[in-house]
Amino acid sequence: MKRFTLNPVVIALLLAAGLFALGGVIRPGFANYTLALNILRLAAFLAIVAAGQTLVVISGGEGIDLSVGAVVTLGAILVFRIANGSNALLLPALALALLVGALIGAINGVGITLLRVPPLVMTLGMTGVVGGLILVITQGRLVGAPAPALNALVSRPLVFGIPGVVLLWLVLGGLMWVLLERTVYGKQLFAIGMNRTTARLSGVRVPLVVIATYALSSMLAALGGVVLLGYTQNVFLNLGAPYTLPSIAAVVVGGTLIAGGMGSYWGTMAGALVLTILTSLLTALTLPESARQIIYGLTLLALLAVYGRERGLRQ
Amino acid sequence: MQRTLKRPNFAAWRQQSFVFALILLVLAVAVNVQLQPNFFKPSILSGNLRTYLPLMILAAGQTIVVLAGGIDLSVGATVSLANVVAVQTLGQNPSAGQIGLALLAGLAAGLAAGALNGLCVAYGRLQPIVTTFATSFVIGGAALAIMPSPGGFVPESLSAPYRSNPLAIPMTLWVAAALLGLWALVRQTRYRRYLYAVGSNPLAAYVTGVPVALIRLSSYMLSGLLAACAGIALMLSNSTGDALIGTTMTLDSIVAVVLGGTRLSGGHGGIAGSLIGVFVVGFMRSIISFANVPSWWQTLANSLIILIALAGPGLWALIRRRNV
Repeated sequence: MKRFTLNPVVIALLLAAGLFALGGVIRPGFANYTLALNILRLAAFLAIVAAGQTLVVISGGEGIDLSVGAVVTLGAILVFRIANGSNALLLPALALALLVGALIGAINGVGITLLRVPPLVMTLGMTGVVGGLILVITQGRLVGAPAPALNALVSRPLVFGIPGVVLLWLVLGGLMWVLLERTVYGKQLFAIGMNRTTARLSGVRVPLVVIATYALSSMLAALGGVVLLGYTQNVFLNLGAPYTLPSIAAVVVGGTLIAGGMGSYWGTMAGALVLTILTSLLTALTLPESARQIIYGLTLLALLAVYGRERGLRQ
Repeated sequence: MQRTLKRPNFAAWRQQSFVFALILLVLAVAVNVQLQPNFFKPSILSGNLRTYLPLMILAAGQTIVVLAGGIDLSVGATVSLANVVAVQTLGQNPSAGQIGLALLAGLAAGLAAGALNGLCVAYGRLQPIVTTFATSFVIGGAALAIMPSPGGFVPESLSAPYRSNPLAIPMTLWVAAALLGLWALVRQTRYRRYLYAVGSNPLAAYVTGVPVALIRLSSYMLSGLLAACAGIALMLSNSTGDALIGTTMTLDSIVAVVLGGTRLSGGHGGIAGSLIGVFVVGFMRSIISFANVPSWWQTLANSLIILIALAGPGLWALIRRRNV
């Protein structure tokens, strides 16, 4: 475990700063205050979705949630339809979206613990089900309107030009730290991530913690979808799909062990920043789509090689 | 912790691994026959089966990686890459030699993609899910660079055999038989034992002298090669090249592997189950489309059935645990 003494959060943050500076050098005008704020805003969406993913990965047992993308879309569509442009209905709509999210996650958790379906398979199957649910709800017509308050949260500057969504993200960061480091749930989560058997023998109700974790993950994904709606102002059927695998990448880049039992949300926040800056930089370079994809993939590989390596069998 | 490496009990794993998928297959076929009485009519059956052929080859490759304890999220991108490489090499009016060259180029592209994955996972010791996710961008980006928009031309003489039914048996079944035959040959060799050993307990395998990294690398290369075959099959069936054609196939291949009873944790299962899994997914889909399910409910019905099928063995085990 010596390797992890070099704090991955610090590495990721340095990397984010480095990438941002590199952007300023390659492309004059890239590194300015407005663009930095925009990157923070974009990173916030990914990081909110990746918050739940962090919990799932820490919980171990090959924990992974591939259904977050579909739930992001579902959350956005529910609020789009129900609030329908009214600020008064926004809170009830948000509550419903979070509840539906939690329910989907709880079903994931039940499948994984009680039916012993591998997380990858369970959440993959759930992605299809949520996609089908979206089609049933919308019947192909995406009617509704974004609530003005959501738009204000994302675009209107609150303090020092910082939009509300970034502040919301920071608050979430604080809450996640409290959840992971200062609550019984957090202690139990790390315990089951390290070793399920010892956790169970020390009195942790493993199935309950796992179900709660997947429920939280889907709930945060739904929240991410609602906030994202404030940015896109519109919904479409694969709104959330591009967030699924990057959310996992953000968790790993942030130094959370994919095997579970070790990690932090600070790392994921930094990871989301790195990925978002990388994407923005590649967009700013006006390269063709193919080159952008190749560079993104190679950079991810390089990031993994720096600190995502597994221990050799010889050790 | 140290598990000794013994020959797996064949009777036992055969009983567990794909019996459930086989039951589902029989059920799905029975319902299909009820819904469309001419289901077994040769032209209709071979047409139905032909749509599953590329996924079948792809799932076989995914199975090998999963058996060795890995997973390959880049297979869809590899399908696309081999597809566009082959179509581009073919050109407008290909000679026989050029056709051979095109097929070889496609296969080589797949092999190279597999080698990239294998080197990163086996020798770089990177985590398979995230690594193959990252390489899927590199491979998919390369495919896009080679052919930015769908196109190309495949001569009729090349695609006709693909649509034929030699000896009145659908081409898909010939390919399935070929895959199973090759797998049966592999099963005779030491390679199969190494594959299962690496998948079930890499540490024990390493200690007993199995070349773990080499086996992992080879599993990804085989997967890449088979993905390339799937890409070429798609070229023959669509008569064009498309750099995005394989994108949706990755997750389907994993579903087929799991339905077929191969464990994602590695070291347990086989290719036969995955082939059955592909047919189950396909036949379920045609049940839904023939059963007069309202169109907006079809995706939900279909994915619920798949989810229940995926959870089926677990449900069965739970009921048995409760009854004991």
